[in-house]
Amino acid sequence: MLLEVRDLQVEFRTRDGVAKAVNGVTYSVDEGETLAVLGESGSGKSVTAQAVMGILDMPPGKITGGEILFQGKDLLKYKEEERRKVRGAEMAMIFQDALSSLNPVINVGDQLGEMFTVHRGMKRKEARAKAIELMEHVRIPGAAERVRDYPHQFSGGMRQRIMIAMALALEPALIIADEPTTALDVTVQAQVMDLLAELQRELHMGLILITHDLGVVADVADKIAVMYAGRIVETAPVHDIYKAPAHPYTRGLLDSIPRLDQKGQELYAIKGLPPNLMHIPPGCAFNPRCPMAQDVCRTEVPPLFEVDADRGSACFFWRECLDDASRD
Amino acid sequence: MPEQPPYEEEAHHHGPEGPPPEDLAIAPTGFGGTMDLGTSEAETLEKTPGGPEGTGPREKPRSLWSDAWRDLRRNPVFIISGLVILFLVVISIWPSLITDQSPLKCDLSKAQQGSQPGHPFGYDGQGCDVYTRTVYGTRVSISVGVLATIGVALLGSFLGGLAGFYGGMGDAILSRITDVFFAIPVVLGGLVLLSVVTSNTIWPVVGFMVLLGWPQVSRIARGSVITTKENDYVHAARALGASNSRMMLRHITPNAVAPVIVVATIALGTYISLEATLSYLGVGLKPPTVSWGIDISSASAYIRQAPHMLLWPAGALAITVLAFIMLGDAVRDALDPKLR
Repeated sequence: MLLEVRDLQVEFRTRDGVAKAVNGVTYSVDEGETLAVLGESGSGKSVTAQAVMGILDMPPGKITGGEILFQGKDLLKYKEEERRKVRGAEMAMIFQDALSSLNPVINVGDQLGEMFTVHRGMKRKEARAKAIELMEHVRIPGAAERVRDYPHQFSGGMRQRIMIAMALALEPALIIADEPTTALDVTVQAQVMDLLAELQRELHMGLILITHDLGVVADVADKIAVMYAGRIVETAPVHDIYKAPAHPYTRGLLDSIPRLDQKGQELYAIKGLPPNLMHIPPGCAFNPRCPMAQDVCRTEVPPLFEVDADRGSACFFWRECLDDASRD
Repeated sequence: MPEQPPYEEEAHHHGPEGPPPEDLAIAPTGFGGTMDLGTSEAETLEKTPGGPEGTGPREKPRSLWSDAWRDLRRNPVFIISGLVILFLVVISIWPSLITDQSPLKCDLSKAQQGSQPGHPFGYDGQGCDVYTRTVYGTRVSISVGVLATIGVALLGSFLGGLAGFYGGMGDAILSRITDVFFAIPVVLGGLVLLSVVTSNTIWPVVGFMVLLGWPQVSRIARGSVITTKENDYVHAARALGASNSRMMLRHITPNAVAPVIVVATIALGTYISLEATLSYLGVGLKPPTVSWGIDISSASAYIRQAPHMLLWPAGALAITVLAFIMLGDAVRDALDPKLR
């Protein structure tokens, strides 16, 4: 396994109390595999990724338990300096908004080249040549002329390509993409996603794709982990989940996608709001919003039941859920 | 859409129609990097006649600094204040360019006399040539102002920058220390601290200004670093393996330095007037150093009999301070269009 996150727990200690952002997340990614982490804002998907990267702001954040095994070694036991050498070279991250993720006062060639000067000790001139090569690799037209341009001179899609190039510069084994297409036009989204998937195949990297866009996921992911209130509520190979969700929350998400064949009908929405992470409801965190909730859901926290060899659901009634889905 | 040509989205670039007419979307939107995508996409749609990538005459890549410079060159306030300052700097280095006399060669028999041929500003109370003394006074004023500003900017941005970047206890302690310094009245502090100094150089005055001035810059630098370090590109740099020192020097400093430059430029003018104030009170520079403050002080007793002795150095002081403050304003406008 390339990356295994085991029972990760992250808290944020604020003046108003302790927010439990991640409560025992377990997931894994293999080389060449794409894991999509789905969830609403505040479900802990980005925080988990930041913990994996080691860029969580601590304080106020604090990792209170769990392991992050990267190529078999627990990253949480690394010293900060060792950790830093892993970042960028072994694992890299792509952020949501590429404009704000690029330094506005440094031209893109220098920013890309920095990856080589810092990690590989290259000279500036060599690094610039590598930067142009990378820009061509992510298909930025006229790379050689544009290498001295500043980020604001590129369009949104081009900037995200540059971010991708930066993340891939040192051919890391793992890429974490945190909503890489959210800030882009729909047409550009598809291109950027295709590019990312293609480069991933080419370099045989593990990819963790954090998103709340189910449409993006279906095309590129191998497996899915659905998060809710800091826990994984369902994990499954991508096709199984679309065919028949085994958790009422996943079902709610799928039902909330607008569909062409439902023109004129009211769009389904999961009622209620995600829980306040300082006061997560007892039992299953989803129970106040769940149409299937029973008494047991309000008192006991459901473990991740094994639905299948490679599939799990944190719902006491996953069987009913699957049955419902197959009846529809 | 599987069959579309690969690059529908065109990069932001002005094609062969030449330089764009005052386009807003490409103009720098400050160092926060907060240009919203809305604007940029709209701009992309507007520029339909743009040619394919990499053809036609390319505009030069523009950084924040080159943009600021372009703005400055068009700003009459900058041009006027810049020329005045250039003139002042030149004569402070080579005062003999515009006067061939010595400021220390005085003739008591001519004391307090008015304008005469060859001595356009007249004579002061000691019979020294006011014109020559005013010219030579530039050197002290400019040196004190520039040195104090450099000291304040370096010390203040160093301490404030570190406090802002690391936060925590060090930051809390530094913030309280700056509060203490802010509470010290400058003139009173000068009277107390400088009255015990006997040195005849400008260094005690410069040192005093740095001591009392750094908290102002430190506070600005701290705030600026705190805002800048929350930017995504700093997080991104960290996620790609940048060390703390690299993040500070390469990603935060260039983006956080503009407010410090602005404050420092404006402060330069006030340090010059502070030097004059302290010299006037007798605790700043001391004769035989030639300083506007000293001359104003000695002339003030005779303002009714011989006002010219006071007006010329005071006028020079006013023009110098004004020039630096105007320059600071112009620099601020150029570096941070949002502040306008």
